[in-house]
Amino acid sequence: MSDQELEYAALLKRRHLVSTCFEWGCRIATVSALLFLAVLLAGVVYQAWGWLDVQFLTGFDSRRPANAGLLAGIWGTFWLILFTTIFTVPMGVGAAIYLEEYASDNRLTRLIKLNLSNLAGVPSIVYGMLGVTAFVRMFGLISAADGLIWSISLGFGTLEIPLPLGRCLLAGSFTLSLLILPVVIIASQEALRAVPPSIRHASYALGATEWQTIRHQVLPAAVPGIATGIILALSRAMGETAPLIMIGALTYLAFSPGNLNNPMEAFQDPQRVLDAPFDMFTSMPIQIFNWVGQPKAEFQNVAAAGSLVLLILLVVFNATAIVIRNRAQKRITW
Amino acid sequence: MSTATASEMPLSEATGSLRRSASFARFRESGIRLLLFFCAAVSILTTIGIVSVLFSNAVYDVSPQRIGADGQVKSNEAFFQQVSVTEFVTETRWTPQFSEKHFGILPLICGTLLVSGIAACIGLPIGLSSAIYLSEYAAPRTRAIIKPVLEILAGIPTVVYGYFALVFVTPYVLRPLFQDLLGMDVGVFNAASAGIVVGIMIIPMISSLSEDVLRSVPRSLREAAYALGSTRYDVSTRVVVPAALSGIIASFLLAIARALGETMAVTIAAGQTATVTADPFRSVATMTSYIVNVSLGDTEIGSIEEKSIYAVGLTLFLMTLCMNIVSQFVLRRFREVYN
Repeated sequence: MSDQELEYAALLKRRHLVSTCFEWGCRIATVSALLFLAVLLAGVVYQAWGWLDVQFLTGFDSRRPANAGLLAGIWGTFWLILFTTIFTVPMGVGAAIYLEEYASDNRLTRLIKLNLSNLAGVPSIVYGMLGVTAFVRMFGLISAADGLIWSISLGFGTLEIPLPLGRCLLAGSFTLSLLILPVVIIASQEALRAVPPSIRHASYALGATEWQTIRHQVLPAAVPGIATGIILALSRAMGETAPLIMIGALTYLAFSPGNLNNPMEAFQDPQRVLDAPFDMFTSMPIQIFNWVGQPKAEFQNVAAAGSLVLLILLVVFNATAIVIRNRAQKRITW
Repeated sequence: MSTATASEMPLSEATGSLRRSASFARFRESGIRLLLFFCAAVSILTTIGIVSVLFSNAVYDVSPQRIGADGQVKSNEAFFQQVSVTEFVTETRWTPQFSEKHFGILPLICGTLLVSGIAACIGLPIGLSSAIYLSEYAAPRTRAIIKPVLEILAGIPTVVYGYFALVFVTPYVLRPLFQDLLGMDVGVFNAASAGIVVGIMIIPMISSLSEDVLRSVPRSLREAAYALGSTRYDVSTRVVVPAALSGIIASFLLAIARALGETMAVTIAAGQTATVTADPFRSVATMTSYIVNVSLGDTEIGSIEEKSIYAVGLTLFLMTLCMNIVSQFVLRRFREVYN
């Protein structure tokens, strides 16, 4: 071989070496990300081992690590997510339908869309500040000193709404709703956009109105995508801590919202259900945060046990979303 | 209305009821449209709410007095009505909770940038590399497994990350490596552990956003490069990544914005000492951790301490907003369009 050919062969060899190294670099980076996850999960499970028992799930918080329980947090998170779902789903899906199906491409629509993507990037703690002023203090329109209570008598109990709302569970739910609304809207928009226009045209051709088309054709087709987006957004809301701390969720609380400690009590004493939204509250991530900050070393194990419960719940949520997505992908044939 | 009943009716009556039902339908349609518009308008109201809350508490309050819980009239002046902007920007001490109060945002910004910088050093290269791996190298089946697993990483609550930083990263990674081996002083609360977990937190965000743009680069470009004798490395770094650069940079900016606003992990792991330092093993306070710590304590509503969180919040809001706007600009301005 000539010198030139030798040089070329060496160069080629080097280039392939670089390429192989690069491939392995990328592979190692991916594996290391997965490894972080594995170490994190293993660490939490290891620390939680022996601490996650029935007592932990059915007891209230305590100054003693062995007696500390998550019940107040479980109920708090349950109510928070329940009300957040009630507010977010109609509003988020409604907004997405308006933006995708009704809105003409004018300045206002473009402003709303631009605004949405910016809102999705606002740190959650800033939503907490909005929540404190808008919901807890209601912009100071009603003085806290007056302590107004608006009573609505229902057949089975009285709904007592304090004005301003104060540091109650409902204020937390409103804040979480505003926080995940942009995410829900953007996900629903994508799901609606994936429904082919031919479906709509066929519906219009049969004489259906805009709303009939949306209600009976477009929405059913988009439901799996929308549901996936909502579930993922709710699982984010479930782990959210900072805005709730700003709202005034308590780090140490020895009762559930409305004193409702098991589902049966809701039927025995319906008044407790009506009290729950306006009661003080804590949530699972806030209890975990509190335990992490405790000086006693055993509280680290308690925090790990709490984290494990939260992680299991999140995995269930995410798995549901993935199952819905996969089943929808199989069923739809257009 | 069914055709059977319509044919039994006299024609005029049938058209009359048709017209009635049509006008009802039109009424209902516009009602629904209006309702849905209000749903969409909530997002605008949220923005107005955020801006007005931050502005009225931080910059200028139109009603500088309020009635306290004990019925007395108290001052409710906004932060910048009591503290000058010059002090806020140039002062190097942040001590609103001490008796001698100083309001210089610099230590908090410094802490925030330190944590975000460490996070970026970890998250950006790993995120981009795994995006390249997933889009250029991984078999479809491998990708189908790895992607959802990485998404789990994104779904883990930030308190759990904070716990992980405090209980694992500092004692089992940083201490043996930097304190025992290199003789540096690693505090219980330090910026490095917080930065590391925030870095891990933003990996899935970068990798999934970047992978989407990498995969949208048309196959023909890759094939042309291979035909010219390129290796996979050449194709990845000289063709695919440059073609998708706008999307990659946008994902970087979004991830850094997320790191700036990250709260709980930083509050738990980084401590709360507001200092101007570049030492990653010291305790630092970030903008977000300061806000949380003030909220956790008993601060009187309307006090300068309580107002200060809104000034910090406004700074944070403006910083993340800039990142978001720049990332959208990059996406729109530098997008390569193929068809």
